[in-house]
Amino acid sequence: MVRAEWAIFEEDYWAINNALKDLLRSSNSTSALLIDRTGQLIAHCGDELQFDVVSFASLCAADFEANYQLAKLIGEKDFSTLYHQGSNESMYLSKIARDVVLVVLFDKRTTLGLVRLRVKRAVDELCTIINQLFEKLQYRNEEYDTFDENFAQDVENEIDSLFVD
Amino acid sequence: MSLINYASREINCKLVYYGPGLGGKTTNIQYVYDKVAPETKGKLVTLATEMDRTLFFDFLPLELGTVKGFKTRFHLYTVPGQVYYNASRKLILRGVDGIVFVADSQETRFDANIEALYNLHENLTEHRLDLAKIPFVMQYNKRDLPDAVPVAELEEELNPERFPFYEAVAFQGTGVFDTLKAVAKQVLRNLQSSGAGAPTAGAPL
Repeated sequence: MVRAEWAIFEEDYWAINNALKDLLRSSNSTSALLIDRTGQLIAHCGDELQFDVVSFASLCAADFEANYQLAKLIGEKDFSTLYHQGSNESMYLSKIARDVVLVVLFDKRTTLGLVRLRVKRAVDELCTIINQLFEKLQYRNEEYDTFDENFAQDVENEIDSLFVD
Repeated sequence: MSLINYASREINCKLVYYGPGLGGKTTNIQYVYDKVAPETKGKLVTLATEMDRTLFFDFLPLELGTVKGFKTRFHLYTVPGQVYYNASRKLILRGVDGIVFVADSQETRFDANIEALYNLHENLTEHRLDLAKIPFVMQYNKRDLPDAVPVAELEEELNPERFPFYEAVAFQGTGVFDTLKAVAKQVLRNLQSSGAGAPTAGAPL
């Protein structure tokens, strides 16, 4: 049996994806990602990204975390949203419940005002999904534990074969 | 914080290389990056100063392949070694699943090792984490240098809890994969034995 500190289940994944799709449609943004604050990518919707999305998620989390520390230094609890403006592409980051961050990429086909408005609505919806997910983790049954005790052994074998001088 | 995504069938874990400045944390990750197969590794991200000192972190995602239908991925991070970047060090530890402490074996760096270890404890406490409950591996790097302190002495001062340790010469690759394998395996065993939402417990090798 393998259990992580947290897990995304099939139904929650699709609920998150639907919320992200709605957000993209209503805000005319190009991409939306959900990441956790340790830098793990949870979900991505929208245009196929032309860059390394794993690194991107890690840097977004670091960006958010650095700004969280800056907020604390100036006496704020946190900065719940961040905005990075580029000449063509821009990013809008917003905190969701339980250390999850929503990242929206958009270009000149929309405006910051519209993105901000739609993100606010999406954040409420995503907050509910994430909170429910964490409640479920408290009381989950065994149906999701699809790994048997050989799992770690199999991965260890994989590690041994990959990491060789 | 390990994350299992049942929909995209992925398992992600976070490993952090910690230690004093110029101890070889980045060299460890760089060696791994140079040696693993291209399909295994992602982009190596380095946020460094002009002098090649780590400013924020180095980041390397490693994909182990598919086991029982799940892609298993390790995210390797280093922290900046210099004390005045402590804010960056602290935030990299958020959600850590396993730690490698890269100690510098040189006699002149003995105090720096102790200071960095103390700092690690302090920063973990701020995240409400306990080193005794996190997979942890000690690496004594720079064993090739003439003024390297004997391992027994380093063990006595830096590793009284007797966590697993490896001797290394990171720039040559000696001990780099042994260290990584040890911590990665501990993390997976931890994942297998821990309960959802519960604090994770370190499993001895």
